Amino acid sequence: MADILRIEHLKKDFGNHSVLRDISFSVNSGDVTAIIGASGSGKSTLLRCINLLETPTGGDILFHDRSILAKGTDIPAYRSKVGMVFQNFNLFENMNVLENCIIAPVKVLKVPRAEATERAMGFLRRVGMADFINARPRQLSGGQKQRAAIARALTIQPEVLLFDEPTSALDPQMVGEVLQVIGDLASEGRTMLIVTHEMAFARDVSNHVIFMENGLICEEGAPAKIFGAPEMDSTRAFLDRFRKG
Amino acid sequence: MKTSLPADFWGRIVFIIQRYGLSYLKGAGTTLVISLVATLIGCIIGFGVGVVQYIPIEKGDRLYKKILLRIAKAVMNIYVEVFRGTPMMVQAMFIYYGASQVLNLRMSMWFAAFFIVSINTGAYMAETVRGGIISIDIGQTEGALAVGMTPVKAMNHVLIPQALRNIMPQIGNNLIINIKDTCVLSVIGTVELFFASKSVAGTYYTYFESMTIAMALYLTMTVAASRLLRLWEKHMDGPANYDLATTDTLAYTSGMLTTPDRQRSR
Repeated sequence: MADILRIEHLKKDFGNHSVLRDISFSVNSGDVTAIIGASGSGKSTLLRCINLLETPTGGDILFHDRSILAKGTDIPAYRSKVGMVFQNFNLFENMNVLENCIIAPVKVLKVPRAEATERAMGFLRRVGMADFINARPRQLSGGQKQRAAIARALTIQPEVLLFDEPTSALDPQMVGEVLQVIGDLASEGRTMLIVTHEMAFARDVSNHVIFMENGLICEEGAPAKIFGAPEMDSTRAFLDRFRKG
Repeated sequence: MKTSLPADFWGRIVFIIQRYGLSYLKGAGTTLVISLVATLIGCIIGFGVGVVQYIPIEKGDRLYKKILLRIAKAVMNIYVEVFRGTPMMVQAMFIYYGASQVLNLRMSMWFAAFFIVSINTGAYMAETVRGGIISIDIGQTEGALAVGMTPVKAMNHVLIPQALRNIMPQIGNNLIINIKDTCVLSVIGTVELFFASKSVAGTYYTYFESMTIAMALYLTMTVAASRLLRLWEKHMDGPANYDLATTDTLAYTSGMLTTPDRQRSR
């Protein structure tokens, strides 16, 4: 099967600090890739580079075999094919939940408002937020915000969904509701990249796991292998720390 | 109606109002129209300048964009510094008489008034708007870019509406300042409230009484303006409660959810 996304020798420096040193991997259609690793290992930066919220310093990112770092790439058009869910939700504070979900289809993809609304309602129902379409983000709990943000990311009908630590800013009792929504999406065969600290979730939901350390991919493979029989000492040490914690 | 000036203070006030009430009201009306229109135009200028000042010049930008942006920013900086750094009364005379002497342009009183107050408000609003945009969490911009918005769309649909809400108190400040400061336009012959009051005062040598009336009218206008803007702010925040959308067949909940006040006190 053809790669949707291929990352080749990706590098990202902030000043003289190298956050990503040499990252290469590819994502096939339907893959659910979990990216794990300690804080500061470069996971979030990697995801942000893929959506071009950070500009890589070296290497390449290929989307359907076309470099998105090439001059003349229509970056907004590319971003509208790659949905992103943020740690801090980033719902638009000046709009209610429904408006949050139709602004991109209407203003970016030029979908008629009625059709966009219908589509948005479908996704909001899926994430259990259909009751709350009239609420402003500040009136919602963290879990509700994140579910609305997931619905918003779905409304542009992206080919790839990126999750940047989607549950890290949530109270423990709200983590479950968000993970369940993401798990449901994964089981539909959606292509997803998930940066997460939820190891059990990563194991259950993904078909490929990448363990990152110091800006490099230390080990990658099937979840059974990474979580069951990791080859690298640092992977084992990282996972042990999580089991104890 | 009495023809000569009464001896007591309140009697004189009533006398003045009976004789010149209409010119006071006309003056107040002129003051209000100038300050409202000029605040509005000033805000538009302020948003234009503030947004341009906010646009970063990046290494990867094309050369013509860099040059254009630098020139625009330099011109706007000069504009802000000049109009913020000189008194409006002096600007009024400088522009009004300068236009007729140098450009041979005889400005109408109304045009001069709107022009001077607008351009002054714009200079102050520019920095306010820039601050209003900077104060918005970077996540809002990232969220907008991530759904495929261009920077311009992100600005129009996400940043500017939020900046507008953030700077509403400052817009209110500017409106109130304008209501009061239009009085300096009397130097170019604009018959606003202060000019009208002074004329009446001069006719009967009733400065105290005349200015008492002017004070009351100014205060009425500024208090009304600040109250109305507060209401508008509340309106912008949206309802404190939201209806649960119970038309959804999957939902069994109903009624209203109330948000605690502390979440609204921003």
